[in-house]
Amino acid sequence: MRLSPDQLIFWQHGFFKLNGTIVFTWGLMLVLAVGSKLITRKLSTDLKRSRWQNLLEIVVTGIEKQISDVGLKRPEKYIGFLGTLFLFVALAALCTVIPGYEPPTGSLSTTAALALCVFVAVPLFGVEEQGFWGYLASYTKPTIIMLPFNIISELSRTLALAVRLFGNMMSGAMIIAILLTITPFIFPIVMTLLGLLTGMVQAYIFSILAAVYIAAATRTRKPKPALAIKT
Amino acid sequence: MDSMTIIAVVSIITAGLTIALGSIGPALGEGRAVSTALSSLAQQPDASATITRTLFVGLAMIESIAIYCFVVSMILIFANPFWNHVIAGAAKAAGK
Repeated sequence: MRLSPDQLIFWQHGFFKLNGTIVFTWGLMLVLAVGSKLITRKLSTDLKRSRWQNLLEIVVTGIEKQISDVGLKRPEKYIGFLGTLFLFVALAALCTVIPGYEPPTGSLSTTAALALCVFVAVPLFGVEEQGFWGYLASYTKPTIIMLPFNIISELSRTLALAVRLFGNMMSGAMIIAILLTITPFIFPIVMTLLGLLTGMVQAYIFSILAAVYIAAATRTRKPKPALAIKT
Repeated sequence: MDSMTIIAVVSIITAGLTIALGSIGPALGEGRAVSTALSSLAQQPDASATITRTLFVGLAMIESIAIYCFVVSMILIFANPFWNHVIAGAAKAAGK
């Protein structure tokens, strides 16, 4: 039984392996990039616009609203990163309806790569917002004793992101594979529906958690203004 | 019992116990989370968007504990390094 699309090898030449994870990731990238390019070729700002442009606008404004709800003041700075995370993981889960496709997020390599991107992006955004020493000083809040715990929590958050997404995607695929050997008719379809639902929820969770971590890193701690006493 | 049998027996029992015990805690936690969310939704229906979003984020964090147990259980069954090691040793001994 195949644990992940890593073991589905399409082509091999010595050390380089073209496995299922890479091919399906490239396919998703192609669909997202070429699709968006085709839709945004002729953007119109008046009331008459194409359906696809409407769809993209709904998606983009929805993501922007979610990002600003989390507490990030200027969502346009972060929507490139967070929106891409959400769209990639969501599309990877949605395409499960295509026969022969296995979600590349069902491989620990993909989810570890995405979690590493978040791990690198959080200090980058933090330094951009608070300056280098300001960001490093935030590790010593509330007291200097918390410094090792803050560092450990950074690492464990990243690990949790990777394993959570991998576990959900892999378990969905494995449940369907096991059920296909037991009751091959209706039940696997029901489980595929459940897999779609958890895939979308996990995509949302991944990007919202990344947004929450970035918001925690970029939260500028301004001193409270002194109360003006009217005499 | 030789070491191969011991490894197989212990792996199988541990895999079952891991997922069985590991699902109890998250299930109880998620039940409490959803019940509190429902009662606060009943008290303040217009904050339902925030409550629902926070509920889903909290449920995902709780669920990840069960996912860790599931991953360990799957590793014990399908990608068990100790089992692979003794199988490789037995194959080499049989082939010699």
